[in-house]
Amino acid sequence: MRNFLAIYTKEMRSYFVSPVAYVIAGVFLFLTGYLFRNILMQFNYYCLQFSQRQQFMQGGMPNLNLNEMVVTQFFAVMDFIWLMVVPMLTMRLFSEEKKSGTIELLMTSPLSTTQILLGKFFAALSLYMTIVALTLVYCLILELYGDPDWGPIWSAYLGYLLLGGTFIGVGILASSLTENQIVAVLLAFGALLLLWLIDWSASFAGPTAAAILTYLSIIQHLQDFQRGVIDTGDVVFYLSLTFFTLFLTSRVLESRRWRR
Amino acid sequence: MIEVRELSKQYGDVTAVDGVTFKAESGQITGFLGPNGAGKTTTMRMLTCFLPPSSGTATVDGFDTAEASLEVRRRIGYLPELPPLYHDMTVESYLDFVAKIKGVPSPQLRSRLDETMEKTAITHVARTVIGQLSKGYKQRVGLAQALVHNPPVLILDEPTVGLDPKQIIEIRETIKSLRGDHTIILSTHILPEVSMTCDKIVIINNGRIVGEGSPESLTAQLREGEVLRAQVVGAKDEVEAMLAGIPGVVDVQREDSGPADAYLVTTAPGQNVRDPLAKAVVDGGFGLRELRSMDMSLEDVFLQLTNEDSAEV
Repeated sequence: MRNFLAIYTKEMRSYFVSPVAYVIAGVFLFLTGYLFRNILMQFNYYCLQFSQRQQFMQGGMPNLNLNEMVVTQFFAVMDFIWLMVVPMLTMRLFSEEKKSGTIELLMTSPLSTTQILLGKFFAALSLYMTIVALTLVYCLILELYGDPDWGPIWSAYLGYLLLGGTFIGVGILASSLTENQIVAVLLAFGALLLLWLIDWSASFAGPTAAAILTYLSIIQHLQDFQRGVIDTGDVVFYLSLTFFTLFLTSRVLESRRWRR
Repeated sequence: MIEVRELSKQYGDVTAVDGVTFKAESGQITGFLGPNGAGKTTTMRMLTCFLPPSSGTATVDGFDTAEASLEVRRRIGYLPELPPLYHDMTVESYLDFVAKIKGVPSPQLRSRLDETMEKTAITHVARTVIGQLSKGYKQRVGLAQALVHNPPVLILDEPTVGLDPKQIIEIRETIKSLRGDHTIILSTHILPEVSMTCDKIVIINNGRIVGEGSPESLTAQLREGEVLRAQVVGAKDEVEAMLAGIPGVVDVQREDSGPADAYLVTTAPGQNVRDPLAKAVVDGGFGLRELRSMDMSLEDVFLQLTNEDSAEV
């Protein structure tokens, strides 16, 4: 535990001592803020049109749903921004240690690979969740002027925690494979984008293959969370994918010890 | 303390270390001497459990590096060739981190940090960010990192590389002051370094050990005969012929690089040729300006050993 904490603290310090955490949080919040504003303006426009039409139609119009038209929309763009940002959070975790030679310090210290790996994983996850939590401000703005349903919002944030774990797992695996940070970013980005779009080919595949491909899609499972459904199957999907990537990373790191 | 038996390491088809066997006694400084690419770093990496050996074993304090890696890693402090520093950390927070992952118990942490920084003379830069330190200071922080948990064994890979002469002397003094408390293995390709600091030398070339012993015994072991340097005034060919004619002289060579008329005379072992040589020079009507013994330096030993070895290959 003490070793884990030492690694965790070191990584957190490194994020916040360097401009990395601030730049990533800044760029992310600027982009999401801009998109949130646009989604909100669009919703306003719809509302205006609706109220005008309601004068002609006698009560036959459904109510506009704030959750569906703003919150879900907003989450859909946030997924995509994270897909690009997470590889940048994780790229240096192992590749920088390899490049600067500090990996020799870690691997010749009385630490287990798991302690090193989990320390780094949870540091990245903490930074990710801190930034994710900051987007709650947008939902608070909705609460101020409207009446959003908080159930699906909380379940969506649970989904983001699980999604983040998976993204970071893939990012760490990519980082452990190379000492070049740009290669690490590209590998992680490519792998995540593939997992994102993998269900596209489901339309052209046989029924069994289609089911598998759809299941593998990393984003399909998030949509349940955003609708307010917490399905054990989705939770298991994210947790097992996270565990699998971390297991592969530990194999990559350990291979140095048994590769003769 | 450290026992290495038939240790080998192959990278694909390339053999980096080939059946290395040696011992490092506790409390002594063992110098690992060899040209660049001789296999010094690979051997050290195997000793520190960073790389597994292809064959052979290494034990530290009785623990095998392959089977009890964690126990070995608890007992060693390792300074790699490139000091493993985090450039965005301050010296103190870096050493604090290293002390924690090396398992220094919390109550002793503060005193270990202070003691280590004092020993390596970096107390006054404790709050400086490592990236801003000079090369010499970075090296000292690297040494402090290896010392912070007070390990019985210290493994230092080229601890003085890239430093200026003053810094080299300071680091050497620091290393010497650690003798007795720690078993030290240091590698270098600089000869004066081993002769000045080490109790024992292991010379390695092309992955194999080509010489082993104390600095004195190594020099003595290789001294086949005495070499005299004679400065004689006279026609060069005549002088050379005259010198070669003296009984007990094995070889005569004209010194090309010297200022004037100097000859290197190699004698057979156990023969004193100085008196006959002086007499012959005077009898021949030449002028003897200088006659002195050239002691075979460790440098010569090293060159001789490493050349012999590559000639074999």
